[in-house]
Amino acid sequence: MPMSNHTPLEDMSSSRGQASNGPPPNCQKVFIQRDYSDGTMVKFQTRFPTELGDRLDRPTFEYTINQLNNYFAEAERASCSTYCEGCLACLTGYLIYICTETHYEKCLRKVAKFVSEQNDRVYRPRGLLLTDPTTRGLRLIEISVLDRPAS
Amino acid sequence: MPRITRKWELFPGRNRFCCDGRVMMAPQTGVFYVTICLIAGTSGLFFAFDCPFLAEHITPAIPVIGCLLFIFVMSALFRTSFSDPGVIPRATPDEAAYIEKQIEVPNNGNSPTYRPPPRTKEVLVRGQPVKLKYCFTCKIFRPPRASHCSLCDNCVERFDHHCPWVGNCVGRRNYRYFYAFIVSLAFLCVFILACAVTHLIMLTKDNKPFVEAVRESPGSVVVSVICFFSVWSILGLAGFHTYLTTSNQTTNEDIKGSFTSKRGQESFNPYSQGNICGNCFYVLCGPAPPSLIDRRGVVTPEYRAEQKRVSEDCVITNNKVYGTVKVVQPQSNGNSVPPVDIEAGEQSTMVHEPSAWGTHQQQQQQPQHNDSSQQSSQPSHLDSLNDITSNSVTHLVMNELPLASLPLAPIDIDEIAPLPPPSIVMNNNNSMNNCNNMRSSSLLEPASVTTPLSASRLRLLQDTTMIESALDLDSLEEASIGHGSQTGLIKMGVP
Ligand SMILES: [Zn+2]
Ligand SMILES: [Zn+2]
Repeated sequence: MPMSNHTPLEDMSSSRGQASNGPPPNCQKVFIQRDYSDGTMVKFQTRFPTELGDRLDRPTFEYTINQLNNYFAEAERASCSTYCEGCLACLTGYLIYICTETHYEKCLRKVAKFVSEQNDRVYRPRGLLLTDPTTRGLRLIEISVLDRPAS
Repeated sequence: MPRITRKWELFPGRNRFCCDGRVMMAPQTGVFYVTICLIAGTSGLFFAFDCPFLAEHITPAIPVIGCLLFIFVMSALFRTSFSDPGVIPRATPDEAAYIEKQIEVPNNGNSPTYRPPPRTKEVLVRGQPVKLKYCFTCKIFRPPRASHCSLCDNCVERFDHHCPWVGNCVGRRNYRYFYAFIVSLAFLCVFILACAVTHLIMLTKDNKPFVEAVRESPGSVVVSVICFFSVWSILGLAGFHTYLTTSNQTTNEDIKGSFTSKRGQESFNPYSQGNICGNCFYVLCGPAPPSLIDRRGVVTPEYRAEQKRVSEDCVITNNKVYGTVKVVQPQSNGNSVPPVDIEAGEQSTMVHEPSAWGTHQQQQQQPQHNDSSQQSSQPSHLDSLNDITSNSVTHLVMNELPLASLPLAPIDIDEIAPLPPPSIVMNNNNSMNNCNNMRSSSLLEPASVTTPLSASRLRLLQDTTMIESALDLDSLEEASIGHGSQTGLIKMGVP
């Protein structure tokens, strides 16, 4: 994939400088919306946005989204252990939540790790930046095109 | 060391925060303190007057059980009141712009038959069509089951209702605590009542006159009376929420009748797990969703800039609306608005339930002052509404102003949480043809006829519990109102 190496790298360093939070304003953003077809659990649409056609190939994109979807499915799966956790919390009058982290929060941590890893490996080198959906209220995944101004 | 600003300090909703953002409550918490005093006071009297006697004469287990129940009730109550009910963070400016672009229908702006952009988006959830409504305050399409609480001014996930007794919204994140609170409170109440009555009976056993027993243990009498009067509503509420839990519905959905079949259209609850046990487990012990508003996060300069952009955007849109659009007031006179089929399913209706509104009005006193600065900056077209003096109505109009001021737009009384006094009744007139005969009929008729179950259940719920709270009655579905696709008008019945 042809790409100009200067700009993304510069952007990379600058956004690293601003700590890990948030893409810069005033750049083009692509939003991946939620997919509600299976209920209200967190799941994102895997349709490839055409705006990213020249930066990213479809399998890479789909891998990212599917992987995120898997993490969230894992977080919201009504498994035996989550039920035990819930029951235990209920029995203690929910006081246990003061000192422990829920299964869901652990999964969100994995998501954050995965997002930053994907950013470093795939997205930043191509001038893109993936935003952790948790910071957007799990409503959408925001992909910023760092070197393209907002339309 | 410079002071750290945390994100709760810039939170756009109206919530009240304590303990540096760890505790989050609704803006008015007066009734919450009443709840605490009632529970703690009654239990205190019970422990002081009944427990020593009963522990001695029956079993020492009684104070222990009472104490455990009391601790559980209080911890569940504090959990419900102090946690984030599942607030959905508002859209960032970029996201809002993106959504606005999406819903903008290309048209030649100055055409007389201007059609406002559709504000709903339909998605299929397990094959069941669900409407996602656009929230003008949060600038997002609300996820399924979410609703906007106008008291707290947030969209809340799986919104159940706004409960003044616990001083918070009840939503996805704290419903299980709320349910635990209600059920344990029912147990506590029955337990205390039984113990107090037993105590009194035992005191009068030896042919002593009742007056003697009262003199000996006045606390027991007070406790019995309080418990006797509250136990019915608490049991009713516990039963109602048990029913909701087993069917995985929210109060909001139950009242709107979201999942009742209408017009021959098969309808089911797409969120249900399929069976009663599954629903109970999922709702009460399922995965605990995290809080999405990073209340304790540290505000960075970028975050602050973004927040500033959000508020500026808001001002600009409002100005634009005030400046260019002539405000039509269908409220003052229903006849001034011709019937337009703007959007199927855009009717809105509001069931007014007269009981228990007093509590709300009392609660509304406070925001009236808070809002007064904003209100004074509103243009005078709100005056006619202000005359009616229901803060909730002005409040509603302020929330939905961009919509309300679009000419010919059906007025959506979406976020009308606090129900106005009985004199103000939103009447759903189906069209101008129907208008007159509709008006002559009962004001409650449209909703109560077509969603009989829900309306009666609502009344039952409110009569038994006095908990009415911010039921978001947005858009009773098109079919449940009846007669096809006419524009719903709002009429203020001023006596
Ligand atoms: Zn909202
Ligand atoms: Zn609320």
